Amino acid sequence: MIAVVDYNAGNVFSVISAFERLGQSVVLTSDRDTILSADRVVFPGVGYASAAMKELEMRDLISTLRMVRAPFLGICLGMQLMCAFSEEGNTPMLGLVDLPVRLFDRSVCRKIPQIGWNRVYKYDDPLFSGLDEGAWFFFDHSYYVPLSSGATAARTEYYGFEYTSALRKNNFHGLQFHPEKSGKAGERVLLNFISPEVEQ
Amino acid sequence: MLARRIIPCLDIKNGRTVKGINFLGLRDAGDPVENAVRYCEQGADELVFLDITATIERREPLSELVRRIARNINIPFTVGGGIKSADDVQTILVSGADKVSVNSQAVRNKRIIKESAERFGSQCMVVAVDVRRNSAFPSGYEVYIDGGRTPAGLDALQWAQEAESLGCGEILLTSMEADGTRNGFDLGITGLLAKTLSVPVIASGGAGSMEDFLSVFSDSCGADAALAASVFHYHEIDIPQLKAYLQSNAIPVRL
Repeated sequence: MIAVVDYNAGNVFSVISAFERLGQSVVLTSDRDTILSADRVVFPGVGYASAAMKELEMRDLISTLRMVRAPFLGICLGMQLMCAFSEEGNTPMLGLVDLPVRLFDRSVCRKIPQIGWNRVYKYDDPLFSGLDEGAWFFFDHSYYVPLSSGATAARTEYYGFEYTSALRKNNFHGLQFHPEKSGKAGERVLLNFISPEVEQ
Repeated sequence: MLARRIIPCLDIKNGRTVKGINFLGLRDAGDPVENAVRYCEQGADELVFLDITATIERREPLSELVRRIARNINIPFTVGGGIKSADDVQTILVSGADKVSVNSQAVRNKRIIKESAERFGSQCMVVAVDVRRNSAFPSGYEVYIDGGRTPAGLDALQWAQEAESLGCGEILLTSMEADGTRNGFDLGITGLLAKTLSVPVIASGGAGSMEDFLSVFSDSCGADAALAASVFHYHEIDIPQLKAYLQSNAIPVRL
């Protein structure tokens, strides 16, 4: 069973539908026991970092999410919330990885937010098994996670600027792009996430 | 480097895809979800659904159709038509759409752009701008609303800039004169907006050949995405072939 974390995170319908198309049973929940006993935990997110943290706090989810031992997948803002601090509302976050989240530099990246299909390189996570180098995924964000030698599991370039488009620490995986909106490549990533290979 | 996007557009009436025939009648063109799935499989980068049903005669609530689409496709999609308030925007987004497009309503009530952008983010707010040549306006183009029936008295570029400053995340620009001609996109106004604005510009109206897409994406024009309906619907342009053609001409596309 896949638990999708419910904290009013905007559009979760597409994420749930994507897993259901793969034949998975999905529950949308903020219940601690359900989350901690799930086979997989998906942490979606569209919105504003500091508001999202307040919502997680209100639902008493912060300590619960830190305790997850099953494969965990943060998507878009969900990945950013896994980091330690965000410039978006200057908020401390879950701190699952010790990285900051920053706003793209307008003098380098002319169009913010980045909306559209971009390529992902240098995979270092079984989530990307079976994909060719430089696969295309759908991105939609203004803030980014910088490259980190410990946690970066894939990278992407925007106006020549390289940043972390996937990160990993132990059972915690994060994707800056939306696999549920990324056609066949995205479907492959979600399939890999539910495969036993990701548990190793 | 972002890929230039190819966006098929589907007009929806009473829950069915429809196609105009010489601006006179509408012909049933199938189930929107089936059409959408086919476009996904062909490699479309995004889809736009425009509901042209008058509100009063809606048989299936739009949100129900949006949910059916979201359940079945795995690429981003935009929904437009009859959206009058930020609450309407929320209903469409919660049903699974990624973006909402507003046109006449944005001109009549600019607050809808600002309020929706603040509540749901700029990335989901598309402002559709229909324009027609008029030398009395600084950019040479005037904005029209109500499906092209009413001149809005606004300059095309100034309105697009205002929409951007109100928080819209993308402009869907349709040249009414080019629309339906299949003689190519209007490169003049498209290029002006693409170069001036800092939000992406989707070019619409006039696509007839693969060369038209190359022109609108080339550096001299610079559109971020191109939208078309009939050339895709009637299989006159095959999406995989179009993308291969663009790539061979150094336009970045998702293959």
